[in-house]
Amino acid sequence: MSSPRIAWRKSLNFVMLSLTGVAALGVVCVLFLILGYLMWNGGASLNWNFFTQLPKPVGETGGGMANAIVGSLKLLLLAAVMGLPVGLLAGVYLAEFGGHTFSFIIRYTADLLNGVPSIVIGIFAYSLAVLPVKHFSALAGGVALAIMVIPITVRSTEEFLRAVPGSLREGAMALGASKWKTIATVVLPAASGGILTGMLLALARVAGETAPLLFTAFSNRYWGEGWGQPIASLPVMIYTYAIAPYDDWHRQAWAAGLVLLGLVLLSNLGARFILARTKVA
Amino acid sequence: MSAAATTIAHEAPPQSGPRAFIRRLGHGDELAHLITLTFAAGILLLTSLLVYELWINSHLSRSKFGWMFFWTRVWDPNFDNFGAAPFIYGTLVTSAVALVIAVPLGLASAIFLSELAPRKISDSISFLIDLLAAVPSVIYGLLGIFIVVPLMRTTLGPMLIHSVGNVPYIGALFRGPNYGVGFLTAGIVLAIMVVPYIISVSREVLLTVPREQREAALALGATRWESTWKVVLPWARTGIMGSIFLALARALGETMAVTMVIGNAARINPSLLSPGDTIASTIANQFTEATGDLYLSALIELGLVLFLITFILNGMARILIVLTERGGGRPV
Repeated sequence: MSSPRIAWRKSLNFVMLSLTGVAALGVVCVLFLILGYLMWNGGASLNWNFFTQLPKPVGETGGGMANAIVGSLKLLLLAAVMGLPVGLLAGVYLAEFGGHTFSFIIRYTADLLNGVPSIVIGIFAYSLAVLPVKHFSALAGGVALAIMVIPITVRSTEEFLRAVPGSLREGAMALGASKWKTIATVVLPAASGGILTGMLLALARVAGETAPLLFTAFSNRYWGEGWGQPIASLPVMIYTYAIAPYDDWHRQAWAAGLVLLGLVLLSNLGARFILARTKVA
Repeated sequence: MSAAATTIAHEAPPQSGPRAFIRRLGHGDELAHLITLTFAAGILLLTSLLVYELWINSHLSRSKFGWMFFWTRVWDPNFDNFGAAPFIYGTLVTSAVALVIAVPLGLASAIFLSELAPRKISDSISFLIDLLAAVPSVIYGLLGIFIVVPLMRTTLGPMLIHSVGNVPYIGALFRGPNYGVGFLTAGIVLAIMVVPYIISVSREVLLTVPREQREAALALGATRWESTWKVVLPWARTGIMGSIFLALARALGETMAVTMVIGNAARINPSLLSPGDTIASTIANQFTEATGDLYLSALIELGLVLFLITFILNGMARILIVLTERGGGRPV
């Protein structure tokens, strides 16, 4: 009597469970598709000139994006200098000093700031660093990226500090160290691997950001010396080259995409590798 | 007794008052506390400043258009007439398309990873999916322009027009000229971008469902799928909702990939194949070209609207996820 019912339930079970497997496989395939397509297209257009030459004027083929690579590095340096210390110290506060309610508010705010769309961060950085001086600058781009680095660093720093066992703190204090000495000489060094990894991941995340740079760092077809001038960056170059109508620019956009994705994925892999090793130790 | 009390008073001065505070700062602990507190409060300040700047700089537009800003369907910089309706529409439509594709896909993958796959395989697939989340959005845009747009123009678009386009009601979504760029293309690219978020958060939540729940269902004779569908998912639904909200917030605020494939036209058109614009893509496209204070102010007001939407969604998502992690998920 119930045998067709059971057969139905069994086949439903089989079909639905297979579908979940297919879905997971499909998502993983997307990653390999992205990697493969970028390698194929980008690899074909990548050459030494890409890393050493400036962009050629419109209409001439060849040239490279040396200025954008240096520009991206400069922007990341600014973001690191301005964003990482703030994130680190605020993270130390949350993990070591914070009271219950105030910490909750800070943590919640950091998460919300982390969720603010990057284009809105761009408008914020524009009003902070471009409007007052009336011109785009590398500094403004750095401010935008730093604002994005802060909440990520705060949360990862707090997490790794909390993972340090309380017995280490108690040991240091029992030997007569004051609280800040305990933090500076025992807790922070113990968590340093994780904290540095978190910082690396934060920088990797903002390295690919385009939207906040469009109207802060803007772009530049030359080097853009110093910190007060508009400056080129890899993500913005990919955007402008991809939407331009020239085939040669499309080729270069692929090459730039490959370089950018390579940098981002390698730093992600590196960070996770360090993390896995420090956890074992 | 009194002599002892006076010596102690000498050595340990009163605990309150500004001089005592400065003395304690010299000790180190309070100083460290104060410095880190300053930076933590800085985050609060920074976020408030963000809201303040958006509010102040959108003043011109807010005072001129008022609430009509949300209903006006015209965006005409030449005549200084600005309405956000087409962009709000575009933002909602692209995000809806993205969720329609990404939620079933993401949820199914999360179920596979938490319920079926052995832990080792599950962990390594999750690792790959986390890498997918790290791919910069401009790269998705690049692939969107050169893969999804041609695919939509030559294959998928005509296919949809000829099949679903003739069905009553929903057919209206797939009619009219097909350029390759448009709401549907943007939605597909967005779906690929937000799927990793849904998977990784849902998987975490599903893994917190107690083992006994599954075992009880299986012991009662449920199949694996029935135990997942009727027991595990209801238990985890608050957290899963949280992951969807998080993905929605990402999709609404996503800029570059959408800007590159949506076609950039300030229009409200029922067809998903027609070009459009979202709030974020409009800001990205027009901000540097904005001449005139009112134009700039209107764009900043768009930014304010986007900020408020994602702010609310993110807040709700966090609350939902925290609720489930505290074991608040109730089986029904």
